[in-house]
Amino acid sequence: MPTIPVSNSECGGGCGGAPSAGTRRDFLKQGAKALGASVATIILCDMTDLTKMAEASGATPQRANLFADGYDWTKHSYVYLVDIRKCIGCGSCVRACSRENNVPPAHFRTWVERYRVSRSGEAVIDSTNGGMDGFEPSQTGLDITKAFFFPKLCCHCTHTPCVQLCPVCASYRTVDGVVLVDETRCIGCGYCVQACPYGSRFIHPETHTASKCTLCYHRITKGMTTACVQACPVEARMLGDMKQVGDKVAEIIATQRVLILQPELLTDPNCYYLGLTKEAR
Amino acid sequence: MGENGGFLFPNDLHILWQLMIVMYPYVTGLVAGAFILSSLYHVFHRDELRPIGRLALVASLGFLLFAPFTLLLHLGHPERCYNTLVTPNLSSAMAMFGFIYAGYMTLLLAEIWLVHRQDIITLASRSTGIKRTFYKCLALGVYDVSPESRKVDHGVLLILAGIGIPGAAFLHGYVGFIFGAVKANPWWSTPLMPIIFLCSAIVSGIAMVIILYSIGLKFSNRKIDAPCMQSLARWLWMFVLISITLELLEIMTLAYEAAEEWEIIGPLLGDQLAFSFIGIQIFLGAMVPIILLGIVVLMSRYLTDQIRNTLCFVASLLLLLQVFAMRWNVVIGGQIFSKSMRGFREHYTPGLFDKEGIALAIAIFVLPLLFIILFNRVLPVFEQPDEQLSTDTGTPSE
Ligand code: SF4
Ligand code: SF4
Repeated sequence: MPTIPVSNSECGGGCGGAPSAGTRRDFLKQGAKALGASVATIILCDMTDLTKMAEASGATPQRANLFADGYDWTKHSYVYLVDIRKCIGCGSCVRACSRENNVPPAHFRTWVERYRVSRSGEAVIDSTNGGMDGFEPSQTGLDITKAFFFPKLCCHCTHTPCVQLCPVCASYRTVDGVVLVDETRCIGCGYCVQACPYGSRFIHPETHTASKCTLCYHRITKGMTTACVQACPVEARMLGDMKQVGDKVAEIIATQRVLILQPELLTDPNCYYLGLTKEAR
Repeated sequence: MGENGGFLFPNDLHILWQLMIVMYPYVTGLVAGAFILSSLYHVFHRDELRPIGRLALVASLGFLLFAPFTLLLHLGHPERCYNTLVTPNLSSAMAMFGFIYAGYMTLLLAEIWLVHRQDIITLASRSTGIKRTFYKCLALGVYDVSPESRKVDHGVLLILAGIGIPGAAFLHGYVGFIFGAVKANPWWSTPLMPIIFLCSAIVSGIAMVIILYSIGLKFSNRKIDAPCMQSLARWLWMFVLISITLELLEIMTLAYEAAEEWEIIGPLLGDQLAFSFIGIQIFLGAMVPIILLGIVVLMSRYLTDQIRNTLCFVASLLLLLQVFAMRWNVVIGGQIFSKSMRGFREHYTPGLFDKEGIALAIAIFVLPLLFIILFNRVLPVFEQPDEQLSTDTGTPSE
């Protein structure tokens, strides 16, 4: 709301009817100054470094008490690897995540999809309850030639549209590469949910704030692995750290044919897939 | 599984941005449209539009006052909305709302004050008691009504209105950008989005002013100014044509390129949105008014005032509906399909008394109209050529 200078002397009854075009001119001048200042602030600010901006706005893991003492986030760079060929669709990861992170029913921080592809290329896909209860055998009526389970989670993108679009810097990317939401700051606008191409985010029905996979940040910063990785009985999911020498996942990413989801969007995900096929999206 | 048996991402079952997010671009569109219309008179000196010069400005203010409620009702945490001003993310289009809004509000208030300044002084001099004090407060201590001061007013007004045009374009273009910038959504993500939003905003603004003007004069038993209505019809016709051309071009390009996204957008438009898109947005809302306004513009010689006014009124009502349908089809349409691009979510019908329900949406639409009526009781919104208030240049004194 603009503040229009009301000259008290006139309003309070002491008006002599004197013309005072000066008041108007001053008012306009001040308005112009204020406008100029805000435009300059917008132009001068560093608009590129999102992590820095998130930090500047106070959205740091320290603030959310997520760090263990002595943890140095500049010494890590987390990556995630899913080996589609190994997944047996048991849903242990989804259950583990749900328990570990208190995920509300019918919402998913991670989930598993089942793909069944016919000879003619038709794909039948399902993910009942996010694959939490595993998958019932069922008939598709098609000549299925290829079938696999497809675990998904937030890709913790490097150039992440969700952080870019969050109006209040509630979504941010940590220095060690994890995309988080500061629930105390989030206004629940849902813009980030719209912006995520992978469907990884949702608005929590109770807190009314954005919620998503945190890569179990409260665990990994204490040297543990994520709940999903720990629960997977066949090692289809792996957590890696690009800054650790000899890291197994880093080695696979460096030497094998890993793919990412929707590369055309240039979000630069940090979640890699082994055994991805053209129908999977 | 989605509506058509297609696959939905498990987090994609419901429509997240609901009726209030449809209302948001609709209401801000009315603001921008009415303002740009008023600028045609104030900046480009289309003198035939003089009768609606003030009305358009005040209508713009009315809708601007209530526009934030659409967003506040939508937010999960409206009480934290100040965060957009305290820790704005400069790379987020949505974060700019507060700043653009405040800037625009300042501009609009200043302009309205200048336009009504002479009347305020006259009314202050004519009234007594509390009323007099009230008008004197409105005058902000400036009682100069000399011809020179009017010239200064006029100059400043010209500058403000001049800034206001890009301002209005920005206010609404950026609303389009909020959607256009979502690269995850092929139905939103197009550089045309801001310009499509802007054109349809102007359409809705002019249509709203035509309706307010017609009804306002009817109630005050005055005659609608024929050249003014004719001119409004001409502008409206032009902007509908531009707007609908852009809307169709966008879809033709998508259909013709038939890239991956058309696989979901094709069925979206032809099936899920058949009624609101083909039925309302294109046919009833656009084609019919284009014909009606075409008659007014091209056959004006053969029309009586009565017929012209009726045609314009009906066309305007339909266009208000069209623009609403367009907003609906963008906002809701863009969420009907899952980001899996393989299936459609469950149908969305707004509740009646929900936080984002129909009752509150109607309230947000009606309150600005009440504001205009109230404003008109304080300061005349309709120009009164015969009983021109400002000809009386008395200066109030104690
Ligand atoms: S997968 Fe979605 S939520 Fe995760 S970082 Fe990328 S855009 Fe953001
Ligand atoms: S819902 Fe929260 S985290 Fe997501 S964009 Fe809005 S304010 Fe940011």
